[in-house]
Amino acid sequence: MASIEAKTGPMTHSRLPRRGLSRHARLALVWLALAAVPFVVPNAYWISLANLALINLVLIASLNLLMGYGGQISLAHAGFFGLGAYASGILNVRYGLPPWAGLPAAAVVAGLGALLIGIPALRLRGHYLAMATLGWNAILVVFFTQLVGLTGGPNGLLGVAPFSIFGHALDTEAKAFPLAWAVAFLVMLAISNLLASRIGRSIRAVATNELGAQSLGIDSFRTKLAVFVLSAGMAGIAGSLYVHINQYASPETFGIAPSIMLLVMVAIGGAGTFYGPMLGALIYTAVPQILLDYEDAELMLFGLGLLVVLILFPRGLAGIPAALAGLVRRRRA
Amino acid sequence: MQTATALLQVLSAGIGTGAVYALVALGFNVVFKSTGAMNFAQGEWVVMGGMVTALLIGAFSSIGLAVVTAVVLVGIVGLLSERLTVQPLKKPDALVITLVTIGLSIVSRSLVMLVLGKKPVGYSGFSGNTALSVGGVSIQSQTLWIIAITLAFLVVMHAFFERTILGKALRAAAADREAAAIVGVNVGSTVLLSFGIAALAGALAGAIVTPLTLASYDQGAMFGFKGFSAAMLGGLGSLPGAVVGGLALGLLEAFGSFYISSDFKDAIAFAVLLLILFVRPSGLLGRADIVKV
Repeated sequence: MASIEAKTGPMTHSRLPRRGLSRHARLALVWLALAAVPFVVPNAYWISLANLALINLVLIASLNLLMGYGGQISLAHAGFFGLGAYASGILNVRYGLPPWAGLPAAAVVAGLGALLIGIPALRLRGHYLAMATLGWNAILVVFFTQLVGLTGGPNGLLGVAPFSIFGHALDTEAKAFPLAWAVAFLVMLAISNLLASRIGRSIRAVATNELGAQSLGIDSFRTKLAVFVLSAGMAGIAGSLYVHINQYASPETFGIAPSIMLLVMVAIGGAGTFYGPMLGALIYTAVPQILLDYEDAELMLFGLGLLVVLILFPRGLAGIPAALAGLVRRRRA
Repeated sequence: MQTATALLQVLSAGIGTGAVYALVALGFNVVFKSTGAMNFAQGEWVVMGGMVTALLIGAFSSIGLAVVTAVVLVGIVGLLSERLTVQPLKKPDALVITLVTIGLSIVSRSLVMLVLGKKPVGYSGFSGNTALSVGGVSIQSQTLWIIAITLAFLVVMHAFFERTILGKALRAAAADREAAAIVGVNVGSTVLLSFGIAALAGALAGAIVTPLTLASYDQGAMFGFKGFSAAMLGGLGSLPGAVVGGLALGLLEAFGSFYISSDFKDAIAFAVLLLILFVRPSGLLGRADIVKV
């Protein structure tokens, strides 16, 4: 594979990074810049928004892995987020386990939740994963709401402990930021490495042409299942972060409506682009805050903005530079 | 005897709800057929149908006239929605249209909230809030209206798709866009028409179910999901499938909540639905053009 790419160098040039930096160096630079956020924002409220944005980034980036690169639509991403949050929270509140044990457990539980629904649904092509995940998310919400003894029901799960390092609790927004920052970095790094690997190429091959991929010996069912389970596991990690940073979780955070919004944010940011989810997470976190002042018109402005972006930039905000560049090139030609 | 009565009672309630789901599923299927997209705005038109009818009843003092006017108005909203949001798309593939309908649903919901208010509204049944008693089984008269009106609408729709040139054009475009365009079908206008019909069906569902459930601006998503599920259950894109899927879902919910647990009603319905889909992926009446991998 590598030798072919080397020979056809000029042709694949546009796919190489524009600057000389490696993808790891670029990601590290971006994250170093993000580390400055707590020092430049005016107060703790802003830091709490930054934490939320990082959690949303994990959610949107992992959904982008499935949808943008894998070509599969999941409408249960908020449900997997909830599975992670409740798994980690319940282990802590009801069984006294530390949050650090809950974090991997959250990933495993959410991954298993995806495996259960993915095995039957991904054998079928078309809208079946969308339908199955929609139903699955609806079922999960019923369980989050009705299993009051475990989840606290509609009132939410209260008294969740924060993460702590060497007995030092990360119980303020500023203390929790480095953790959210580091976890988001690790997830982005994992996605980047995955995409560059053999599996990553299989994922894109299956999304582009399933039959073609199969004829090259790629097991398309296993590839789709693997990326679905991985993506859900990452959502579970986001859930664990969420529940221990907020020290609370309630069912409406994990319903179908947020699942749909996450899907939209992947598209708005730019599906199938590595940094697109950062734009998606920024918008998903910031816009509701900005629109708070408009009260009843909030929903309307949000919806209109969404429509405008989708109609004008169907490839998402991350696609705007490329679209402009294309326009310039056409002018010159 | 007691149990038989209860059984019939649950059966009639399930068929009533199922008929409403069938209408929503029909609207969903029409748009799916013409665009390949999942229409997330479908449920909002159901709410609009109920809320606009409630508004007009005050002005018209005739329920029939209010329902017909409201349904036509919402149909026009459907046409406008397509012209304003779907038609401007440069590359209208199914995913982009699906995402656009999510935006459309948010805008529609907030429009309903801003224009018609946040309070749930309702009106009495078409022949008052009476209940008929048949052999000890008491049935809401509105449930009978729902079943009758749904049946009538289905007959009209069947005639439209089978007998009129416009209906045939719609089917042709759904079967093969390019071939239909070659023989002179204006494919763009069939998408427009499908949004109109979908809004009409949704609004009718809303107008007839509101006496039983009240209508509120935030119910749209629920109706949309139920309609989507019913459409999948019956077989995506199939008109009889929408009816069978809707009825099956309505009955599932009614019996699930009666015999097992009303708290877990939705979970039961969705779980059975998923099981059916995994066993029969093309739905109860769908053709077997699903590809296994």
